[in-house]
Amino acid sequence: MEQQIFHHTYENGITLVAQPMPWLESAAFSIAVPAGCRYDALSQRGIANFVCEMVQRGCGDLNSREFIEALESLGVDYSSSASLYNTNFGGAMQAAQLHDALRIYADVLQRPSFPEDQLEDGRLVCFQEIAALGDDLAQRALQKLRTNFYGAIDGRNCEGSLETVQSITLNDIESFYEQHYRPNGLIIACAGKLDFDSLQTHVGELFQDWQAKPDPIVSTEPANHGVEHIEHESEQTHIAIAYPGVAYSHENYYLNRGAIGVLSGGMSSRLFTEVREKRGLCYTVFASCHTLKDKGAVLCYSGTTNERAQETLDVIIEELQKMALGIKEDELRRLKVQVKSGMVMQQESCRGRAGSIAGDWFHLGRVRTLDEVNEKINELTVESINEYLAANPPQSFDIVTLGPQPLEFEANGISATQA
Amino acid sequence: MEYRQHRLKNGLNILAECNPQAYTSAFGFFVRTGARDETSEISGVSHFLEHMVFKGTPNRSAAQVNLELDEMGSASNARTGEESTIYHAAVLPEFQGQVVELLSDIMRPSLRVDDFETEKQVIIEEIKMYDDQPPYGGYERMMSEFFGKHPLGQSVLGTVDSVSGLTPESMMSYFKERYSPSNICFAGAGKIDFDKLVEDLDKHCGQWTPFSPERSTKTADYQTGFVSMHKPNSHQQYILQMAAGPSSAQEIRFATAVLCSIIGDDSGSRLYWEFLDSGLAESAGMGGYDYQGSGAVMTFICCSPEQAQENLGRLAKLQQSIRNEGITQKELNLAKRKIASHIVLASERTNSRMFSIGSQWLSEESFKTVAEIAAIYESVTLDQIHEALAAFPLDQNMTVTVGPCENLVAPN
Repeated sequence: MEQQIFHHTYENGITLVAQPMPWLESAAFSIAVPAGCRYDALSQRGIANFVCEMVQRGCGDLNSREFIEALESLGVDYSSSASLYNTNFGGAMQAAQLHDALRIYADVLQRPSFPEDQLEDGRLVCFQEIAALGDDLAQRALQKLRTNFYGAIDGRNCEGSLETVQSITLNDIESFYEQHYRPNGLIIACAGKLDFDSLQTHVGELFQDWQAKPDPIVSTEPANHGVEHIEHESEQTHIAIAYPGVAYSHENYYLNRGAIGVLSGGMSSRLFTEVREKRGLCYTVFASCHTLKDKGAVLCYSGTTNERAQETLDVIIEELQKMALGIKEDELRRLKVQVKSGMVMQQESCRGRAGSIAGDWFHLGRVRTLDEVNEKINELTVESINEYLAANPPQSFDIVTLGPQPLEFEANGISATQA
Repeated sequence: MEYRQHRLKNGLNILAECNPQAYTSAFGFFVRTGARDETSEISGVSHFLEHMVFKGTPNRSAAQVNLELDEMGSASNARTGEESTIYHAAVLPEFQGQVVELLSDIMRPSLRVDDFETEKQVIIEEIKMYDDQPPYGGYERMMSEFFGKHPLGQSVLGTVDSVSGLTPESMMSYFKERYSPSNICFAGAGKIDFDKLVEDLDKHCGQWTPFSPERSTKTADYQTGFVSMHKPNSHQQYILQMAAGPSSAQEIRFATAVLCSIIGDDSGSRLYWEFLDSGLAESAGMGGYDYQGSGAVMTFICCSPEQAQENLGRLAKLQQSIRNEGITQKELNLAKRKIASHIVLASERTNSRMFSIGSQWLSEESFKTVAEIAAIYESVTLDQIHEALAAFPLDQNMTVTVGPCENLVAPN
């Protein structure tokens, strides 16, 4: 399966990056606008998300309803969301409609009309998104963990609070848009049955009049490391653990990724085997690599009934610490097959590929091809991973638990009882 | 693309869509058994058995099953529903022989006592996990209220009590009543060597003894009413509503699926404009649940507790206006466009083709290609949509609501 990646950066700073997948009948796009929630002012937390909602409530010649109908008449399965760095717009469709769909998004990005009569409906939608988090206990624990680990800006959620979203005016929305929706740093990734030359011409015509804007200043907030308990009358205790990892762009990324694959990559992985299969402590347990642009974390989660939560936490911490002693040859062999198989399966979905290449371009300024990833995976050895693990043993755990009772935590010889 | 089928002497059905261009292969055993085939004493046994199938055979320990699935780099899983249990794995084509042998072997599980007791704890954790997740048992309550005494009202997970009471012996006797080769289909899609597949399955499964499992497919006596479940520490209010719908064998199910898209798709539908665009609800949707002999359409709304009573009224009014004024040709055209696009996107996933083939067998035993399915949806007329609306009135329903509200009432 040959993989070709094309890219072009226009004068105003937009990058178009695309992978033709001629074996498909569909195509997808993923647009990353450098207007994520890290740019939300403290008093306006949630504004990037609110703007994302509002640019889709009328743009170009289309009103709110006509916009949705235009997408539906093209059969576009669309989505949008704000994230830390970017606001993302995506869509998948039959290949012939790709150019027309991008034409609609050229209006969304460059010519939103911000109709006043849509403001309160848009605000209510944002309120609903805040409310939705309240009932998702696993997400609440993990969200609090990210905030503690990365600090209040890099670890924030994009929804903001009822108070801050309530205070946002149409004027605020327009000025956030003016400042942050800009071509420089914007990525348009496409994948599927497409012709790059005509796509490049088309995107050039759609966005050529958009002028670059100055890069905004970003602030940071310090992390709040430690152990925290959120009291909640629930059936299970939700346990979330973080420790330092590496960014996707870091040269050690695949060493860490390999180690985490052994820890939590499949049904024979260590966490699944020790926590669920041998002890029956939970239904869900996992560890995963989380990445920001310049740093990363390993995030672990398990949900388990309250009376068994202490044992679950203890076993997970023990397994994490055991990683420092290294992995075995057969574990690495299984991991390699899994990663390669997963990469081939991803080639069946233009939506998945469009998202991946947009992410690669954002983090690396280029796209890792399948061959390159394959080579990186092949290069992994037990020795190289174990050397990495010995130098970077899992430690300095941040923990958030959510449930009726706090848990005891003892690691690295330091014990702490949660307040 | 070539569609192939074969039936082993013992009745095991083999169906495959072979695509030499594909990069992966997906396989699955589809068993016609689920919660509707259980008695109350063994409630949850189908789902527990699904877990135990991965716990080893006379030839393999539980750990070996997991190891081998990972060694093939497979994406594998299983699921249990009201009337089906499905075991599936997607692999690179070079692993066809290996994965078929493994899946075949685990379909005759040992049910060892130690594994059984450990896995019982995992199942109880799963039940507790869902207890913490919206809609907090609302779906199970809905099924039992709507289907009444009909077996489709039985819970898939069972309860902590019923699962605790299960033994390897009671599970084995359930297995021996349900897992006949004639009650099972092996479905495949992707790059498949079909002749080898048949040969391998004959070798691994040909000795399974056939018998005739029974299932009553009598149409349910659908119940109506209004039930409130109080969940004080939930943030949102969850409203579920079920009305009669087509069974999995009725032709009108295609028109009903289009109708569900027009009324309840997550974008551009009637519910979308009424509740989501306006921010009156966090989510709202409508979908079909078709089973052998019976069926339902379920409407779902999640909103703030303060908004719940008003939303119940708005939903009733919306249903009334749809009944009185019907659906427009423009709505029908948009929905068809959307469905056509979804069919193309889904058809590109080998896994999703395998599910389509297996699920068709589960419900009706006839196979339709992607093009045939697309053509059926394309041919749906406005008259058929209105026929479906008349046949399955949305305002004759069972409503279950879960959340902090204590005094919600059915709208007038």
